[in-house]
Amino acid sequence: MTRLSSEEIRIALIGAVAVAAAATLPFFDQGYYLSLALNIVLYAALCTAWTLFSGPTHYISLATAAFFGLGTYAVALGLDYVPYPFLVIAAAVAAAILAGLVGAATLRISGVYFVIFTLGLAELVRQVVSWLQIKLTNRMGLYVFTDFTEQHIYWMLLALTVVVFVTGWLINRSRLGFAMRIIGNDETVARHVGINTAQSKIILFMISGAFIGMAGAILAPRYAYVEPPSAFNPMISFLVVIMALLGGTRRLWGPLVGVIPFTIVMDFVSVRFPNDTSIVIGLAFLLIVYLLPDGVTGRLEQLRARLQRKRSEVEPEPAALKEPA
Amino acid sequence: METLITGILLGGTYALIALGLTLQYGVARIMNLATGETLVAACFIAFWLFASYQVSPLWGLFLIAPAAFVINWAIYTWLLRPLVDRAKTAGMLEVDSILATFGLLFLFQGLMLRSFGGAYTSYTFLAERFEIFGGYYGLNRVVAFVAACLIAGALYLFLYRTRYGTAVRAVAVNPNSANLVGIDVASAAALAFALGGALTACGGTLLSTYYTFNASMGVVFTMKALIIVIMGGVGDVRGAVLAALILGIAETAVARLVDPGLTLAATYALFTLVLLFRPQGIFGRQQT
Repeated sequence: MTRLSSEEIRIALIGAVAVAAAATLPFFDQGYYLSLALNIVLYAALCTAWTLFSGPTHYISLATAAFFGLGTYAVALGLDYVPYPFLVIAAAVAAAILAGLVGAATLRISGVYFVIFTLGLAELVRQVVSWLQIKLTNRMGLYVFTDFTEQHIYWMLLALTVVVFVTGWLINRSRLGFAMRIIGNDETVARHVGINTAQSKIILFMISGAFIGMAGAILAPRYAYVEPPSAFNPMISFLVVIMALLGGTRRLWGPLVGVIPFTIVMDFVSVRFPNDTSIVIGLAFLLIVYLLPDGVTGRLEQLRARLQRKRSEVEPEPAALKEPA
Repeated sequence: METLITGILLGGTYALIALGLTLQYGVARIMNLATGETLVAACFIAFWLFASYQVSPLWGLFLIAPAAFVINWAIYTWLLRPLVDRAKTAGMLEVDSILATFGLLFLFQGLMLRSFGGAYTSYTFLAERFEIFGGYYGLNRVVAFVAACLIAGALYLFLYRTRYGTAVRAVAVNPNSANLVGIDVASAAALAFALGGALTACGGTLLSTYYTFNASMGVVFTMKALIIVIMGGVGDVRGAVLAALILGIAETAVARLVDPGLTLAATYALFTLVLLFRPQGIFGRQQT
């Protein structure tokens, strides 16, 4: 393990202060703002987990709703029999297994197959779960009764977000992260230097899926009644893609930049214009493709690079001055 | 036997939808995820023509197909062409076109929800019994199948018997080489994309005569069309037709024999088998 640089320590401190500040929110408001903040933290966790895999690989995963729903269902099914923390772990395991199966079937071949496979995955899992449930129990939904209130869910999601961030940072420093960067740049090169590209991608997809499953498990107590259509809502997958890409997926914290404004916008739209949410989502996708291909953070970095270039043109670099004439 | 025939009748419409997509993806290299929305839009317009002006869906085809052709041509030229020009690698175009057509998907879906509402819609057209080999089938399904065969036949003649069709097929095989022998690749791609949209719209019009539809079910059809295209081998017309029939039969069989709630599982099972054993498609050649 290499030591932390001063830059990294500074970022970690700023992050810790931000998380601590965010954690105090339930003491100020228990109503609308807590509920909005809960959505923001939920999508922050989901989008960052999504970016763990899709950022370096550029594969667009639409499986989020499937993992999320699986997590929700794990809690709804097991709550009467098993303690809650164990269910969150079980959700992570279930989602990781599903991710492993999907990855094994699709990640060996080109990216298009992966998008198509994940496009209907939530729908498939939903059909199978409803079918099994009706076969076995003759009921559609499940009740979820816990003592958790919104603030507990909020804190748990905040903790999960921190765990996702730390994991992402650790992955970046590990062999897996190094392999992923090479794969992201050029998969052929990666294969030639002896990286098992399919295996690396599958492992990363499983990690990402496990976190999304955990987020679903944590959110489950917010619903009093879980039904397949609400647990496996495909909209979650699309919103996660938009927010992550809007923020930018090159940096671990990039998605956050998209999550916060977009969650607020979606909240506004779904309250005032509930029938037009699809139109907003459609326009957001087009906006990202045509105007922000690298997201807001990518655009900011571009601007910064341009400013720096301008500055270095105006005043010569200090290094150049020191050079003996 | 009944399952087989019902499956084949369903597969006929699927084939038309998949042919549309295979033209768009195989020739114009655009993975059009809004294809299901084109289909559903055609369903609604056929319904609207029939309910408001008593225009039979079969005559409606002559209105809907050209309209879809023009709209898809415009979408390709103004929205997707810039992405093609911008993309540095095939991978970039793939991601961009996926995102852009997702945008179109939701935009169209939202517009349809606004104009037609979210309710399930259907209308009665030729709901009579028709006898084949001692079994009875809906006449509307049979008519839709025959119409689908005629349209697919016309497409075949165009692709394999005309100069322009040959150019389109050449672009599908290799755009760079096609360019070298003097084919205008850009206009061939635009033509293929527009033609693909028109075929999809025909599929939707025919489907609406016997199927209950709503504004938000486009994605399911996009899925099916994509799976058929991949099963058949991207850009392969015969493969798409065969794969569509297989899918139609498999779905009908699972719905009849196992449970109607598991048709998507059947689709996925087929898809997974193809991915595991023949990712290049039924007729596709092994990539080096």
